[in-house]
Amino acid sequence: MKVLVPIKRVIDYNVKVRVKPDQSNVDLANTKMAINPFCEIAVEEAVRLKEAGIATEVIAISVGDKSCQEQLRTALALGEDRAIQIETDESLDALNIAKLLQKVVEEEQPQLVILGKQSIDSDNNQTGQMLAALTGMPQGTFASVVKVEGEKVNVTREVDGGLQTVALNLPAIVTTDLRLNEPRYASLPNIMKAKRKPLAVKPAADFGIDLTARTKLLKVTPPAQRQAGIVVESIDELVEKLKNEAKVIS
Amino acid sequence: MSILVIAEHDNSSLKTETLKTVGAAQKIGGDITLLVAGFNCQNAVEAASKVNGVSKVLVCDNAVYEHQLAENISLLVTELAADYEHILATALTTGKNFMPRVAALLDVSQISDIIDVESSDTFVRPIYAGNAIATVQSLDNKKVITVRTTGFDAVATDGTAEVINLDTVTDAGISSHVSDELTVSARPDLGAAGVIISGGRGMQNGDNFKLLDGIADKLGAAIGASRAAVDAGFVPNDMQVGQTGKIVAPDLYIAVGISGAIQHLAGMKDSKVIVAINKDPEAPIFQVADYGIVADLFDALPELESKL
Repeated sequence: MKVLVPIKRVIDYNVKVRVKPDQSNVDLANTKMAINPFCEIAVEEAVRLKEAGIATEVIAISVGDKSCQEQLRTALALGEDRAIQIETDESLDALNIAKLLQKVVEEEQPQLVILGKQSIDSDNNQTGQMLAALTGMPQGTFASVVKVEGEKVNVTREVDGGLQTVALNLPAIVTTDLRLNEPRYASLPNIMKAKRKPLAVKPAADFGIDLTARTKLLKVTPPAQRQAGIVVESIDELVEKLKNEAKVIS
Repeated sequence: MSILVIAEHDNSSLKTETLKTVGAAQKIGGDITLLVAGFNCQNAVEAASKVNGVSKVLVCDNAVYEHQLAENISLLVTELAADYEHILATALTTGKNFMPRVAALLDVSQISDIIDVESSDTFVRPIYAGNAIATVQSLDNKKVITVRTTGFDAVATDGTAEVINLDTVTDAGISSHVSDELTVSARPDLGAAGVIISGGRGMQNGDNFKLLDGIADKLGAAIGASRAAVDAGFVPNDMQVGQTGKIVAPDLYIAVGISGAIQHLAGMKDSKVIVAINKDPEAPIFQVADYGIVADLFDALPELESKL
């Protein structure tokens, strides 16, 4: 079966973001970019399905300007067979991304679409579920175990209070949580090989979808800073402060 | 304006976070309806009918809603959506699961994880793991929103809402529930606890988390963990506090052997009072702690337990 893996180019998770002085957005000029960590887990899961003989072809896809080809090449180096870039210079809402992906799903007919549960920039946690709704597929979000069994996929989900396992009819959407797997590193020979793997570029405008933004970013500010408090010398002093100063214990 | 809030519950009880989501709805302003979709959920319905500020409780009691499957719940909410300008769910794993599905079915954007309301169409939400705060305006005629409960106060529970039973059954028939593996604990939920004590990599192993038990018992606290402790396999992931785990804001948060990585701070920095116990005086956790103590946790914890 075919597996589609949508990925997103985001700021590297080790880099601390700065807000622009004019509060228009965060400042990403000259910052290190990477595959969104949850998307990397999705890439790894797809590659493992191929290695297990379950997936026959794994396809990475990203929506963005030319720079996201860098992340698509990384996905190819990690074991994806081919890549698709939907080209746009706009930063699109999750709903519009999902609509573009829906068209690709209709064309490629994958049995599984694996996405990261959220991106570490916008922190929306929406695209997978929206794509599931638009394609009419079931969804296994926040997955920690994915098992394809015949016409179904069983997904164990990280939920409040523990784990929930659901059975989904294929084709289905899966979004990854942290414990699903530990992504591999791309080896140098595979990085070289990835340069020759196919990468198709399709302009977003060719999909015939109204991509008008539905939300407007009014401003971005730094979070309120917490003031450092005091260092106490002993447990006695700590207990005394908590009782009499902070009044949070009795 | 009319607002539909989808109740977060486990059929037998209403999650306290729902009270905060109703608080967010009150801040938007309008007539508030609460939807309880579940199975054999009379107890949750009874609790829902007492939530202040709610005028009506809609009840859909059917086996297809027992496990809150996103495929079924989203169809139900979409069907009810016509009467409401705002649809709100709590940003816990259930709401996060079905709500974007609702938004897409209604062909509107979702505003996720709001922490404040500026007006009926403008909301405040954290981005970049809380390292930036965005003010976002929705241009859609219908607003689909998930609420991060740490930003809002809970409403009281001495109201009397009208309960209306609906016989709407929306079964997508494409997914089914297999099993639950829920952590059984006598302690409060992380999301609802007034006091939380969390351990980090400094705990060294899972066994040492027992050192937190006595203190948690005395304070009625929930026990949490940093991602480092979860990644190291000390404790299960449902204990994780942080950007990729639970976002909490208790009255008292005690961080033990936690260095204070940015991703952990994102999950607890809105706590009212933060205490840090760490042997490294340079640990970043001290920069956000109201009270810090530089000490070996293996000495400090037994002493703290004995003095509470």
